[in-house]
Amino acid sequence: MDDLYREVILDHYKNPRHHGTLDPHDFSYEDENPLCGDKLRIDVRLDGARRVAAVAFSGRGCAISQAAASMLSEAIVGKSLDEIKRLGRDDILDLLGIELGPVRLKCALLSLKVLKAGAYGLEGQQYHDED
Amino acid sequence: MDSARVDSMEAVAARRSDFPALAREVRPGVPLIYLDSTATSQKPLAVIEAMDRYYRQSNANVHRGIHTLAEEATALYEGGREKVRALIKAQSVREVIFTRNATESINLVAYTWGRANIKPRDLIVYTEMEHHSNLVPWQMLAAEKGAEVRAVPVTEDGELDRAALMALLARRPKLVCVTHMSNVLGTINPITEIAAEAHTVGALVLVDAAQSVPHLPVDVQTLGADFLAFSGHKMCGPTGIGVLWGRQSVLEGMPPFLGGGDMIRRVHLYDFKPNDLPYKFEAGTPPIAEAVGLGAAVDYLNSIGMDAIQAHEQTITAYALERLEEVPGVRVYGPAAERRGGVAAFSVAGVHPHDVAQILDRFGVAVRAGHHCAMPLHDRYNLPATTRASFYLYSTLADVDRLIDGLYQVKKVFG
Repeated sequence: MDDLYREVILDHYKNPRHHGTLDPHDFSYEDENPLCGDKLRIDVRLDGARRVAAVAFSGRGCAISQAAASMLSEAIVGKSLDEIKRLGRDDILDLLGIELGPVRLKCALLSLKVLKAGAYGLEGQQYHDED
Repeated sequence: MDSARVDSMEAVAARRSDFPALAREVRPGVPLIYLDSTATSQKPLAVIEAMDRYYRQSNANVHRGIHTLAEEATALYEGGREKVRALIKAQSVREVIFTRNATESINLVAYTWGRANIKPRDLIVYTEMEHHSNLVPWQMLAAEKGAEVRAVPVTEDGELDRAALMALLARRPKLVCVTHMSNVLGTINPITEIAAEAHTVGALVLVDAAQSVPHLPVDVQTLGADFLAFSGHKMCGPTGIGVLWGRQSVLEGMPPFLGGGDMIRRVHLYDFKPNDLPYKFEAGTPPIAEAVGLGAAVDYLNSIGMDAIQAHEQTITAYALERLEEVPGVRVYGPAAERRGGVAAFSVAGVHPHDVAQILDRFGVAVRAGHHCAMPLHDRYNLPATTRASFYLYSTLADVDRLIDGLYQVKKVFG
């Protein structure tokens, strides 16, 4: 078949890591992809050093968006808020290991958008999506 | 397979050569299987050439011009209007207004008739199966006027809840907005009955005919509605042109829509007198080449016959529903084949519609994935999205087979 549905992506889709919700959490954010109405929520709990201690995501979406959320959740455990704010689309594409057209890119980047909006919101800042 | 069906499939094979895009490959060795005609149809050469000829030979602005090209362009533009009038059996070309698309046609009614006639606490009725274009303009109007909007629910098998409609009609709404054919479920609504019921309580009736005019015979005299909106690009015509048909007596009582050239009879420095129908609603240079293309599209549809087009799509749709139901995990939404048009929206258990559409594209099968501009309808079925295959006069049984083959590949990837 093609790279888009390579084994690791399907594995994260079928067996998502960090799936669910966190209570209590330090921040929680939810947004949707207006193209398809898919929703994604990410909850994050920080440790004493303001690094990610736990993360959970929930919502519905395609294999690309769900796998990206699962992989991103794995990748950010232990990261500081500044490190999260510096994450960009190339980081997500590196995690997925695939090339994406403009439409599916929105699916892949939904979790990053939600995570960053939550991180900025925690400090009372507005996140502006550059994509 | 009976011989009538085989004959019709041979005619369809010949017809397909009229559509250049259907001959292309999506990528080397992968032919296009176009199952997205509900979004927009492909265009026959006759339409492409008519527009090309207009730009090469007759390009000029319409109306008021004295020179030869202006006269030719005007005759071609108005000729397109006459063809549309004849197609929908309107009494007069004065009732045929060219707009940008069905969405603009509906908005025209909301902005002119709606603003002049809807008062605080008035009721506007629409249905749960409407496209966003027949929901949002009324939500905007109701918010502006302090009016109320209420939706007729959709039953589990994809029909309008007629008892609920009757209950809403008892509240004497000012306007009933209903789609002739759902762009998701394919449901063909009984407009003639609904319009008659609505008229007994004094409501006007607006019909979204974006999916019906391209696919079945539509006669505005039989339907009995007051407004009918549709788009050129879904009926083999170009993008950029749509139609609003309105009953002349209603249109005459409405204020103009956009202001500018062509929609005026006389302009003074501080006021104006609007033009006669249909020009009152056509401000600025209209979509001339598009009207020429739409006229050619109407000729093309007539050369096949709207009855024949509907019969062909029934054959394809019945076969598609039968084959889709045999794929494990696939669920199709909407009524039985004989009660619907050429649309099949479905879900595949455990696979998101985006992934279904993406994998089908690898096999050249073009379907649409998403909410199809009908979010409330998807909410009703508790679905974020569906995959939609839709058929037209050029669709074949083999197209359906390719779709089904593709769905088995989808299941293999996600197995």
